Amino acid sequence: MNSMAARRRHPAALLLMLLVALVVTGGLYTAVSSTTSAQAADQPWTQTQVDKGKKLFAEGCSSCHGLNAQGSSIAPTLLGAGQAGVEFQVGTGRMPLAAPGSQAPAKKVIYSQEEIDAMAAFVGSLAPGPLSPTPAMLDTSKADLATGGSLFRTNCAQCHSFAGKGGALSNGTAAPTLMNATPKQIYLAMITGPANMPIFSNETLTIEDKQSVIKWIESLQANDNPGGLALGRLGPVTEGLFAWLAGLGALILVAIWVGVKAK
Amino acid sequence: MSAVVDAGGKAAGYLDDRLGIAKPAKGLLNKVFPDHWSFMLGEIALYSFIVLLLTGTYLTLWYKPSMTEVIYNGSYIPLNGVSMSEAFASTLNISFDVRGGLLMRQIHHWAALFFLVSITVHLMRVFFTGAFRKPRELNWVIGTGLLTLAILEGFAGYSLPDDLLSGTGLRIAQGIVLSIPIIGTWAQFLLFGGQFPGTDFIPRLFTVHVLLLPGIFLALIGAHLLMVFAQKHTQYPGPGRTNNNVVGFPLLPVYMAKAGGFFFIVFGVTALMSAFVTINPIWAFGPYTPDQVSAGSQPDWYMGWLDGAVRIFPNWETNIGAYSISWNVFIPTVVVPGIIFTLLGAYPFIERWVTGDNAEHNLLDRPRNAPTRTALGVMAITFYGMLWISGGNDIIATTFDLSINAITYSLRVLIFIVPPIAFVITKRICLSLQRRDNDKLLHGIESGNILRTPEGEFIEIHTPLPAKQQAVILSKHDVAPLAIETGYDENGVADPKRRSDRLRAKLSHWWYGDNIALPSRAELEAAQAHAAHDYHEQESVVDDYRNLEITSEPVLHSAAVGGHEENPHIKH
Amino acid sequence: MSEIVSSESSSVYDADGPNEVVLPNGRFAPAPLPHELRRADIDPKAAKRAERQVANLFILAMLMALLFIVAYVAVDKDTVIALPVIGTMSLSNLLLGLTFGLSVFCIGAGAIHWAKKLMPDVEVVQSRHDMASSEQDRAEAVEIFQVGADESGFGSRTIIRRTLLGALALFPIPLIVILRDLWVTPPDSPSPSALLKETIWADGVRLVVDGTNRPIKPSDVPVGGLVNIIPANLEEVQKAEGNLNARAKASSLLIRMRPEEIRSQQGGTTEEPWDYQGILAFSKICTHVGCPISLYQQRTHHLLCPCHQSTFDLADSAKVVFGPAARRMPQLAITVDSEGYLVARHDFTEHVGPSFWEQGS
Repeated sequence: MNSMAARRRHPAALLLMLLVALVVTGGLYTAVSSTTSAQAADQPWTQTQVDKGKKLFAEGCSSCHGLNAQGSSIAPTLLGAGQAGVEFQVGTGRMPLAAPGSQAPAKKVIYSQEEIDAMAAFVGSLAPGPLSPTPAMLDTSKADLATGGSLFRTNCAQCHSFAGKGGALSNGTAAPTLMNATPKQIYLAMITGPANMPIFSNETLTIEDKQSVIKWIESLQANDNPGGLALGRLGPVTEGLFAWLAGLGALILVAIWVGVKAK
Repeated sequence: MSAVVDAGGKAAGYLDDRLGIAKPAKGLLNKVFPDHWSFMLGEIALYSFIVLLLTGTYLTLWYKPSMTEVIYNGSYIPLNGVSMSEAFASTLNISFDVRGGLLMRQIHHWAALFFLVSITVHLMRVFFTGAFRKPRELNWVIGTGLLTLAILEGFAGYSLPDDLLSGTGLRIAQGIVLSIPIIGTWAQFLLFGGQFPGTDFIPRLFTVHVLLLPGIFLALIGAHLLMVFAQKHTQYPGPGRTNNNVVGFPLLPVYMAKAGGFFFIVFGVTALMSAFVTINPIWAFGPYTPDQVSAGSQPDWYMGWLDGAVRIFPNWETNIGAYSISWNVFIPTVVVPGIIFTLLGAYPFIERWVTGDNAEHNLLDRPRNAPTRTALGVMAITFYGMLWISGGNDIIATTFDLSINAITYSLRVLIFIVPPIAFVITKRICLSLQRRDNDKLLHGIESGNILRTPEGEFIEIHTPLPAKQQAVILSKHDVAPLAIETGYDENGVADPKRRSDRLRAKLSHWWYGDNIALPSRAELEAAQAHAAHDYHEQESVVDDYRNLEITSEPVLHSAAVGGHEENPHIKH
Repeated sequence: MSEIVSSESSSVYDADGPNEVVLPNGRFAPAPLPHELRRADIDPKAAKRAERQVANLFILAMLMALLFIVAYVAVDKDTVIALPVIGTMSLSNLLLGLTFGLSVFCIGAGAIHWAKKLMPDVEVVQSRHDMASSEQDRAEAVEIFQVGADESGFGSRTIIRRTLLGALALFPIPLIVILRDLWVTPPDSPSPSALLKETIWADGVRLVVDGTNRPIKPSDVPVGGLVNIIPANLEEVQKAEGNLNARAKASSLLIRMRPEEIRSQQGGTTEEPWDYQGILAFSKICTHVGCPISLYQQRTHHLLCPCHQSTFDLADSAKVVFGPAARRMPQLAITVDSEGYLVARHDFTEHVGPSFWEQGS
């Protein structure tokens, strides 16, 4: 027997072989597996969430979006929608969609936050996409209100109106009102670009910029109307109607009173 | 009290010695004005104008007509540090740092809206009652001028704060000027002192808004009122009212108290509205900058029809070589209003030409008695209303969950279909109201009481028309269309005005053709005979103590006056 | 009580009937109704009550005027009050408006109440006179005018008349000419149409985010993204020129779609495309009447103007697909510079903003 053969029968040889096998398998696995799996270690979700989400997704979403969220003839693919996309659509009740139409309206949310987190984790794990914000990212305490106003007027008012009341878009679609939007929903909408809303990436509209926009929208929601009743904050149309109906109405009533013979 | 009278008498004497005011005062103080609420619509406009002058003067004490950019540093925190024009900053200052400033701004803007609302309603009243006929055609023309200038004045006024909403309107105005063929670019550069937005336009608008147009207004309103005084106000038909008298109250004391009081009412209502209801919240719009815009941007209501016209117009543009004509902008914003205001101003003359009616009219028409005019008016209002709706198409889309594209396409078609339908419906309604009037004159009013005679005949008791209603119905003119001449005289020589005469006669037939004349003497006498039969029947069964009569107004009983109480249908 | 006219209404044709008032149509209408007295006319207590009511209104007016002064002095301009429906509003505005409005309203209400209840409400009849003057007056006026006109010689002295009219026609011209410098044209300035055709975009000018001035790398813009952009040197130019003119022409927008979604562009070649890997830049100034558009609907690639709803398909050379605009939105050719930031290749090749007469030249 030569030296190698003698070593092969060494009690430690088995141990060494196991070690080598593990290292090789692990190395191969690391090299070959997809990047999401590799990133799975630093994603803001757990495998339990992903699994739970997969089940929920299969029950509530796959009939339109496909079991692997690849999309179908009646629903777009969700690969790339990311954690944030699911959080927004399901979190505002837009999904599940009750009936096909030009636009998914916001309605009653039917999933608990835990369930939403799970589904978001599942879809987020399928393909790289935008992530939901951390509480720190939604902190507006240091944000500048006036900057928020300027950014809002440049980027948001053309669709959502100066008061955040929403506005008409093409063919029966509309930019919705922002009066009930939470800071998280605002952030999610900007980062995911739901329906026809464009995406405002964190590189062009930074997180600080977004915080100031959120602060501004919160100020709109506060319903401060220094001059009195705001008539819906819809501008000259409602003001004109009010002048005709209330103003002229009141003055004509007085004029009639002036002319009627006293008893 | 007598001390006051003495002092007053001395003052009057002082003035009369120098100005000879006693004689005009005599006529003026005794002047009779008819009393109807619809005559106060013009007053609302006049008083709103005075409120505008007062509040406007106040605002000029703080407003800065300058487009120089400054960084805001006032009380309104949401705009702190933002770059804006001095005009906008000074408006914020008025709104948040000057006590009562926001109130003044709101009174000014609400008064402006009331000014235009009341001018429009007053115009409609004058139109539908035919008050623009001889001798008041010139007053109508002045009125049209006032309306046009009021629209421009309002536009200039709400553009002065240089906020995002009105600034967008100025940008659109610039685009409109550019669309004028041949001279457009030069006109735009001259108006704005160069390219848009420049720094000259707001200061120039300020001059127009505060100096030029108010001056013209004072002159035109003065002429408008002077004519009403000189020609005496028209009146509605009624008992005792003829074409040659005025029945009402004298200037002193009743009319002065009522009209003067009404000024305070208008001021008060405007101020109360400004206490509770926001108007033009420029702080919420933000300062104007040409790279920002809000969804749902509309001009003030009286410009809405122009906005609507430009929204629904198809995108026609013709390019001939190096030159372009932008029909899509030029027609709805320049040509259409030009035609509308010209037709409006010329209307009394057009109607006079068509009807051949050259008589002086001081008694107002009931709209039903001029069915073609009334129908034309309703058609015009419908057209205007549809343009106005077009201007708010995006707000309608969001409020009623409709497609804005569908709204626009529909309106492009409906605007030509709905007004003629309105014309036909209105005319038919007027004509049937005329028939009803004749019915009332001939047969009285149905009282709703059915009488069964002993013979078994059922008669509905008609009460004869009360005097007031009779007077009103009887005021209808006898009208006849112009005769259609052959156009040739007996020697076969053609009349040079042949064609226009024929056209005129045909139009007057269309105008008057369907009119229903008041009953003739024979018809009235026949109706009398029939009614006498009915009264005879009633007499025999009516119980003295069961009052089957329906009187039209309650009676004030007073022994001192010995008020009338007999029921003329019950013979005592 | 209104008089019930008897059933003999054929008397509308008779001058002798109870109807004595003649109408323009020749018929006879009822005379004015008998005057009805008001309570205050006959009952002194009612009259006193009406007088008190009027006085109370005037007293309320005075009280409100004084309260205005109190509110003006006592209420701080920053104080707000929360009300149902209205929300939070300025207390000062509310109180000042309420007090002033009531003080004025009550004066009016008092005056009108006074007139209605206490002043005589007997209808007075005043006759009108024909607006036209008498024939004699007209004749005399015409004669005086003719004599005067003859004496002036306006009619007969032709040369005076013509030269006078000429002078009167020409004198307003200086007043119009002087308006030329409403736009002080700098020497050697291009014509208005040439000025309208140029913007400050040029070869190598960086695209920056409007509002934060951050330069942009292609990786910053995701598919479906939108960025409102301005030229990097815009703020400098604005300061130097002292107005917003450059911004009104140069404001643009940046979007990204998948390259295969782009059906056509307004220019460029395979070597020098106008887009950058699916990133497209367009002018933001609507070609209809100039409103800024950044209503980008990312799934349909349509750009919608909020003012009059002109719609442009940005995947297809921004051509007009709906609405009153007649021209497509001009495209800005872009590429990246040596540091990887997006820059313009050159100025727009079509003019931005609304159409005008000489735009083709």
